[in-house]
Amino acid sequence: MRVALFATCFNDTMWPSTPKAVVTLLERLGCAVEFPRAQTCCGQMFTNTGYATESVPLVRSFVETFTPYDAVVVPSGSCTGSVREQHAALARRVGDAGLERAVSELAPRVHELSEFVVDVLGVTEVGAYFPHRVTYHPTCHSLRMIRVGDRPLRLLRAVRGIDLVSLPAAEECCGFGGTFVMKNPDVSVAMGSDKARHVRETGAEVLVAGDNSCLAHVGGLLSRHRAGVRTLHLAEVLAATEDAPWRPGDGVDHEVGS
Amino acid sequence: MSRTFVGMPAFPLAARTAVADAQLRRNLGHATATIRAKRAAVVSEVQDWEALRARGAEVKDRVLANLDTYLLELEQRLTEAGATVHWARDADEANAIVVTIAGERTAADREAGRAPEVVKVKSMATQEIGLNEALEAAGIRAWETDLAELIVQLGDDLPSHILVPAIHRNRAEVRDIFRREMGRAGRPAPEDLTDEPARLAEAARLHLREKFLRAKVAVSGANFAVAETGTLVVVESEGNGRMCLTLPDTLITVVGIEKLVPTWEDLAVFLQLLPRSSTGERMNPYTSMWTGVHAREGVGDGEPVGDGPQDVHVVLVDNGRTDVLADVVGRQALRCIRCSACLNVCPVYERVGGHAYGSVYPGPIGAVLGPMMRGRRGALEQSLPYASTLCGACFDACPVRIEIPELLVHLRTQVVEHHRAPGSRGLPKPEALAMRAGAWTFADAGRYEKAQNASTLAGRLGDRLLHGRGTVGRMPGPLSAWSDARDAPVPPKQTFRQWWARTHTDTPADPRPDTHEGGVP
Repeated sequence: MRVALFATCFNDTMWPSTPKAVVTLLERLGCAVEFPRAQTCCGQMFTNTGYATESVPLVRSFVETFTPYDAVVVPSGSCTGSVREQHAALARRVGDAGLERAVSELAPRVHELSEFVVDVLGVTEVGAYFPHRVTYHPTCHSLRMIRVGDRPLRLLRAVRGIDLVSLPAAEECCGFGGTFVMKNPDVSVAMGSDKARHVRETGAEVLVAGDNSCLAHVGGLLSRHRAGVRTLHLAEVLAATEDAPWRPGDGVDHEVGS
Repeated sequence: MSRTFVGMPAFPLAARTAVADAQLRRNLGHATATIRAKRAAVVSEVQDWEALRARGAEVKDRVLANLDTYLLELEQRLTEAGATVHWARDADEANAIVVTIAGERTAADREAGRAPEVVKVKSMATQEIGLNEALEAAGIRAWETDLAELIVQLGDDLPSHILVPAIHRNRAEVRDIFRREMGRAGRPAPEDLTDEPARLAEAARLHLREKFLRAKVAVSGANFAVAETGTLVVVESEGNGRMCLTLPDTLITVVGIEKLVPTWEDLAVFLQLLPRSSTGERMNPYTSMWTGVHAREGVGDGEPVGDGPQDVHVVLVDNGRTDVLADVVGRQALRCIRCSACLNVCPVYERVGGHAYGSVYPGPIGAVLGPMMRGRRGALEQSLPYASTLCGACFDACPVRIEIPELLVHLRTQVVEHHRAPGSRGLPKPEALAMRAGAWTFADAGRYEKAQNASTLAGRLGDRLLHGRGTVGRMPGPLSAWSDARDAPVPPKQTFRQWWARTHTDTPADPRPDTHEGGVP
């Protein structure tokens, strides 16, 4: 099985520790992963802001880049959703039947990280060790667009040393919403403040989710409030082991060592 | 009611005021949480809820695909049962029809020096067309008889919810409105009125009773119109509707043309879906159904032909609905049965309330229906498709499976295309330029990697300037929308792909050798 990592542009540029953790995790699970360098962006931000025309070349590029692979792993619920739920409609919109067909053939092979680990690799106990108090926010597109269900929680529950506490009103949106943060900043902050409040109610030291975009928003609020709660992508929790534990950095782990 | 939604600002501006209103936030948070919990409980007890939703969507889609046939069938059955059917292309035509009929039936009052009046059943269609204002302009008073509508009308307020138009008010505010305003509209509120719900309801009951008994004309909407028999259906909770539908001699019902269901069997699906989704009840307390008139001279040779009042009029209103129908993607919005479940689960609605949506249809469905029914040219209409995080809670709650997030994206695309069209005024917006530049960059991995260098450079500089703090505080310009309330991470000094290129040099899928590393000290 040839497995490709679609890091997503946001992770590649802003949160490299996440795709790096995916590589660590998958290799530990015996799965060789490739990073096709032609990959860029799935186009979600353009599509969801109304720039469908701008997205189409990105759909084409995604299909060309990833069609050779048996499986594509994505450490993001919303980017997975963009590929699986929106690419076909974008191809249809410009009347490109060939592209639509190619998208439809590829889309079922595109998996969000927890789906890939649980469904494709058939593993829930990934050998992770994370001795911290954690709460999990199921991001909207994971939950209601691609329907990952409780897969992330099953993976987290199996982590050794973890103190997993449930988040009140977990299924409510955090208020990120892509360009919504810019277009409706007041509502976005109102929603994010409530999410941050619920996170603090849990007493967790780490907020975990499958999307760094939502985490950047909630984490940005928590950081501004000096709340003393860090955010971390699911992949980074699952990558940590007793031998190579996750190390608390200076607030944001942006050092990507070799 | 003299206030209207005309001239409302774009959504983000109205929302800014709304989220700062502590009383509004408290009232809405409490009310929506209560209805959400009730709905969740009664939906979870239905074993085949998902099948029921699918069935509801299927029936409505069938109606929309054969709307012409079913409308003519409805007209025929209504006429056979002694009702008079009127067709209205828009709000003005519909209002003129109702004003004319109501004016004729209340002429005796006018001649006797009494103010002509009609009693009203809560109806979204009549609010949509601004009927109360049209009647008022013709010198006819329209009395709302639904409790929440009464609160809105007495308070010279605007509705903020489809089901509970006064959801933004708490009971203390309601008491004040009753005490202050009831006397001007009829029987005053008792001097010792408290804010106990039972006392408030009693005051409203006494105030409304004299209007029910006096009125010669009632105006209603309809939740459903059954084509096979010409039967109109109103579901309600308070019994005020039943009073209006049965006491006055004349009943005028304003019905949007999408309210059809083909058969009674189809109706059964919606009578299960609607109360559970709307009030969170298994069944609503009052369901009124009437078919034509019970008896009228010249109809049915004196034999009863139906079971409605003596004089029954049905106004079938388009008012933008055929425009929605013409939109292949958007037409599913016409499945809407106005249950308001999407409002109650919407995190944006919960914090902003209904007024910011600038029409009688607020919340997610309003953000979709508004621009489609009223056109996409106004600043408010163009802002509505963006009044959502696309979180998807609305779709999950919708009893007829309207893909609201997909429709919002569809409408956003139309807004962007509208500005892109030749002849569109002004220069491209900064956003459009940024999006175009961004997409151009992403369309080629080489260009993208060069752009990433700017980010890693910022990371290196930021690291020095911020002494390794890792986050950035307030930033100027458009970035302030983010940084006014949130810290931002300092960009990393190395991208993932730079790390990969250094550690995995043998990847066969690499289009080119690694050349984009470093370059900045």
